[in-house]
Amino acid sequence: MLKKIRLGRVLVYLILAMMTIFFLMPIYVMLITSVKPLAEVSLDRMWELPSTVSFEAYGYAFERLYPNLLNTIYLVVPATLISALLGSLNGYVISKWKFKGSDWIFTAILFGMFIPYQSILIPLIQFLQSIGLYNSIPGLILVHVVYGIPITTLIFRNFYANIPTELLEAAKIDGAGFLGIYRYVMFPLSISGFVVVCIWQFTNIWNEFLFAVSITSSGSQPVMVALQNLSGSQIVHWNVQMAGALLAALPTLLIYILVGKYFVRGLLAGSVKG
Amino acid sequence: MNLSKVSSDKLLPVLFILPSIVAIGIFVYGFISWTGYVSFSNWNTLTPDLSFAGLKNYLFLFNDYRFQSGMRNTLFFTLFFIIGVLGLGFFLATFIDSNIKGESFFRNIFLFPMALSFVVTGVVWQWLLNPSTGVNLLLASLGFESVPRWYIDTTILFSFPLGQIQFGIPIALLSVVIAAVWQMTGFSLAMYLAGLRAIPEEVKEAARVDGATEFQIYRKVIFPILMPITVSIIIIMGHISLKIFDLIYAMTGSGSNFVTDVPGVYMFETTFRGNFFGHGAAIAMIMLLLVAVVIVPYLIVSRKGDS
Repeated sequence: MLKKIRLGRVLVYLILAMMTIFFLMPIYVMLITSVKPLAEVSLDRMWELPSTVSFEAYGYAFERLYPNLLNTIYLVVPATLISALLGSLNGYVISKWKFKGSDWIFTAILFGMFIPYQSILIPLIQFLQSIGLYNSIPGLILVHVVYGIPITTLIFRNFYANIPTELLEAAKIDGAGFLGIYRYVMFPLSISGFVVVCIWQFTNIWNEFLFAVSITSSGSQPVMVALQNLSGSQIVHWNVQMAGALLAALPTLLIYILVGKYFVRGLLAGSVKG
Repeated sequence: MNLSKVSSDKLLPVLFILPSIVAIGIFVYGFISWTGYVSFSNWNTLTPDLSFAGLKNYLFLFNDYRFQSGMRNTLFFTLFFIIGVLGLGFFLATFIDSNIKGESFFRNIFLFPMALSFVVTGVVWQWLLNPSTGVNLLLASLGFESVPRWYIDTTILFSFPLGQIQFGIPIALLSVVIAAVWQMTGFSLAMYLAGLRAIPEEVKEAARVDGATEFQIYRKVIFPILMPITVSIIIIMGHISLKIFDLIYAMTGSGSNFVTDVPGVYMFETTFRGNFFGHGAAIAMIMLLLVAVVIVPYLIVSRKGDS
């Protein structure tokens, strides 16, 4: 019996170790390739460690991606903050100030986060062109704020549903109204809600590609579009591509490493019921 | 409890949510209607031509080699992707939940790809599954004589002619499935782990006392409890795979003979590279319809579950 259990344990660890290798394999290749000197970058020595560490590839990748990294930062920061604030207000109304039809409106809003964005892309571009925001960062900010409404509203609604309504009733008796209750009761209690939503929106907008590639051309392209161009280019060595991929992934990876718990909460909230 | 019943300011909450309702109304429902309109138009040139074309764009697609390939690929991609994510996620969650050492270490390793962009995943896996390097080097060093050709392979397994295309499983698609499973397994792992943690130990203990084997406990106790979670994962992953674009665009593109093409890539290329707006809009509407079939019942059911 004891032996049997031990054997099972060993097997579990063995499988977990193998899966760990599978999951880390891309990171390993990215890391070692990106620090290889140009002379050692050959296709048949992909798995070999570099003889010396060289930051040549990073220098070149950074030079290529730097303007686009800046574009992404100009995009992500305002878009994240605005959509979090909007989601918080919407979630507050939908969870605590229900009105006739608000449940149906909420469901109709939620549908917006599941649609394939291809189905709104043509009118969206026509619209952005007509208001002069096509091929601009403000245009992308607008797009991400609008299409971020469903998920941010959902996360905040589920978050506020856990705040007891008695607390709001008490504030009401003390004379607070709709805004007063938000300002003095809900908002101070929402810090971890804001953390979850901001991390979620930051990660998603940073990583987003379809809007970025269809709405912007050279000059205002975010980093993921530039990375895709870099990897599609025949003249760029693949150690530069790997360095570029790692650079573009670093911010969201760091967030995951530092505050992964909140990231996972956002992840689970995406399944509607949370 | 409902605050607004005892409140004098009923208008303010509506006023605050109104901009979002209007925005979603225009940007989601209004734009979808407009795309629908374009899909019935003759606009297949650079300059808009919105004259009515009837079902022309749809009929074109239904007889189109590329579109048929894309639908075939979507079907098999969705199937293998969901099986992979469900299976791997469930086993990893079970292992992690079985009182192992280094629990949080393993969980973090399996979850981190979720924080990456599909573009990054595509760029890296494109090299790992490049037939002349990457994984094939490892296979060759393990002594394999013939190595897979991964996403370059144009073989279609179990194929038979259907419409314009050979219907069957395109081998090349499996490479993209591997990359997608690598990236998205974290989702099902996190969902299953939350589900397993919510099962009280007493429930399993009671079954054990009744003489149930571990296998029976899974079949009779754990699987039924995890069923709603499994349905959620299938729906979320299924709708992601129906609209997949970035991963394939960055990793393989449509592939030779369209073996890795999907409607998302076709729509993007034909609309914005080829100026076939009518065709693009029709593809988009078909994608939307497929997603809606999966998502709308899900939304209605979870709304009912809430109240």
